[in-house]
Amino acid sequence: METVMAHPFAKYLREAMMPHIWCSGCGNGIILNCFVQAVDELQMDLNKLVVVSGIGCIGRAAGYVNTNSFHTTHGRPIAFATGIKLANPELEVVIISGDGDLFAIGGNHFIHAARRNIGIKVICANNFNYGMTGGQQGPTTPVEALTTTTPYGNIEHPFNLVHLAAASGATYVARWTTLHVRRLTQSIKKLLQKEGFGFIEVVSPCPEIFGRYNKMRTGLEMMEWFRKVSAIENFSDPAKAEITPERIVVGEFVDIAKISYEKLIHEKIAEINEKKMQW
Amino acid sequence: MAQTIIDTANHIAGYAAKAARVKVIAAYPITPQTTIVEKIAEFVENGEMDSEYIRVESEHSAMVACIGAAAAGVRTFTATSAHGLALMHEALHWASGSRLPIVMAVVNRAMGAPWSIWPDFSDSLSQRDTGWIQFYCADNQEVFDTIIQAYKLCEDERVYLPAMICLEGFILSHTYMPVKIPDQNEIDDFLPPYKAGWILDVNRPFSHSNLVSPEWYMEFRYMIQEAMENAKRLIQQIDKEYGKRFGFEYGGLVEKYKCEDADLILLTMGTMGSEAKIAVNNLRKEGLKVGSARIRVYRPFPVEEMRRLAEQAKMFATIDRHISFGMEGFLATEVKASLAGEKEPPLVAGFIAGLGGRDVTSETIVKIAKKSLKWMKIGKVEKETEWVDLRD
Ligand SMILES: Cc1ncc(C[n+]2csc(CCOP(=O)(O)OP(=O)(O)O)c2C)c(N)n1
Ligand code: SF4
Ligand SMILES: [Mg+2]
Repeated sequence: METVMAHPFAKYLREAMMPHIWCSGCGNGIILNCFVQAVDELQMDLNKLVVVSGIGCIGRAAGYVNTNSFHTTHGRPIAFATGIKLANPELEVVIISGDGDLFAIGGNHFIHAARRNIGIKVICANNFNYGMTGGQQGPTTPVEALTTTTPYGNIEHPFNLVHLAAASGATYVARWTTLHVRRLTQSIKKLLQKEGFGFIEVVSPCPEIFGRYNKMRTGLEMMEWFRKVSAIENFSDPAKAEITPERIVVGEFVDIAKISYEKLIHEKIAEINEKKMQW
Repeated sequence: MAQTIIDTANHIAGYAAKAARVKVIAAYPITPQTTIVEKIAEFVENGEMDSEYIRVESEHSAMVACIGAAAAGVRTFTATSAHGLALMHEALHWASGSRLPIVMAVVNRAMGAPWSIWPDFSDSLSQRDTGWIQFYCADNQEVFDTIIQAYKLCEDERVYLPAMICLEGFILSHTYMPVKIPDQNEIDDFLPPYKAGWILDVNRPFSHSNLVSPEWYMEFRYMIQEAMENAKRLIQQIDKEYGKRFGFEYGGLVEKYKCEDADLILLTMGTMGSEAKIAVNNLRKEGLKVGSARIRVYRPFPVEEMRRLAEQAKMFATIDRHISFGMEGFLATEVKASLAGEKEPPLVAGFIAGLGGRDVTSETIVKIAKKSLKWMKIGKVEKETEWVDLRD
């Protein structure tokens, strides 16, 4: 019998960066795994793939994938990615980043990228807090959840990310949890093939910090919560898909066709150049 | 009642904000600042602090929220590090330009790229010209004392400027030391409630920070410069008064150690000042006349102190945990500028050390001193800026 020593996906990861920094039971590894699986199934040209991330635990993903990658400043991956995509529309630009990075400090970039419909793809690991800095409250922290900056319960209302993405103009919007590995993988495949701005929210366990403060100390307990309360409702109203302790609606919410910003801009340039020739 | 607690400088900064009866705190987490705001969040939520804690979505918003709160007439506090401070840059000018006495702890961390979470002064020194007073601390007690002193100073009508209290990440921020926290009544007596110089008030509406024509803009800038000059005097007075009341005094703008008869004076900032004292003691055992002057206040810069020290010293060695690319360390530049025009000024040798958290121990400083003494003997600095322990 032949013994295979390397993991079949080893070529997608930078071995020199291993071991990774993620805690045991963390969902980030599952997200990375699903992403790599999708890239493999699509047989994507790794030279044309760019993974961009901001800062946070999940942000390390950019350093782990063996593609072109860019680990940017906190909150700015979408701005960096916008530049990459406009400079070279041939590149497939994917952002893998956190809820804090994309929706707190970088929230402004998200809504404008979606509004413009620039062809970059965003995968957000929503673990309900700023994991990397030790578990503070952020824009997706559920009401009453305990964090290091809300030791007696959060009073702020969180974003409903799929609603925000849909309302801002994204052409593809989906939400899954790390429990839904096969559906998430298929969804990422779809995302990568879409034109324009696409978004997937992955509800992800952070047992080490968020879970610890909220009576779910292990990855398993957090996954158990996802299993109990998540319901697949494809193409339901994203406005009604708020995450609560009792209910996590998952599925695809938006899948529409719309011409991308990079196409429009290059068409415009061609049009102007043509007019110039006629002058 | 006064009490002594053993805690990290970050938690101590939280205790100081509590002792100062800060009313509004707005902050965004960043390593290694985070545990300051976590401590404060805990105090606010458990009722020990009668304050509002705003969990803003970025540092830019944190500073702007503090500006709003201070403009509404209350005492404010925030804390940040490195990239967070850089992101605040625009708002820093607004705080000083609006003459609002905001106090902020800056937990020093090196700037990226490449990423680093370890300390140097490149974050706060990059904000040198924003009109903020800058203090640099050498231990946890000084962090506590300086925050209290800073409110007293900044809220003085002759100053009305914001201040950064800088402390090096990890070396202080996460290190436990005993700290004496004075009795709250005595702190209240030293630091009465904030009386704002101007206040946004519905009954007396007026507009602030509007467009100013070239006829007046310079005058507003001049007033900030005057306030900085006033601060120089007041920092010394306040430090003395604080020392009398609470037992801790830091020499005002510069903490001098065995400088009286020194041929060589080591000029440092922050925790390098503590290491420099050990180095001085060891060098003195060898009969070498070396002293240490730790620049505690970098803005306003202690020009006069530098000149006084220059009267008898033959040689200065500046140790910068920072580099102004294309020039030298800021401390070197500013010390030289302070001495320009003096009769027979001491030689000044500049050393760059400890960037991105590399340790600057007393042994490192002894090496620096010995090299400087060699140059002093030959009457010539052979290398204007020396990078200490640089790898090939
Ligand atoms: C300007 C700036 N502010 C703050 C930080 C500190 N910081 C690093 S990661 C992070 C939050 C990350 O949260 P999230 O994006 O949700 O990722 P997670 O760690 O939860 O995966 C913060 C506040 C920074 N690096 N830069
Ligand atoms: S802190 Fe949370 S998000 Fe970060 S690696 Fe650990 S489990 Fe994952
Ligand atoms: Mg997060």
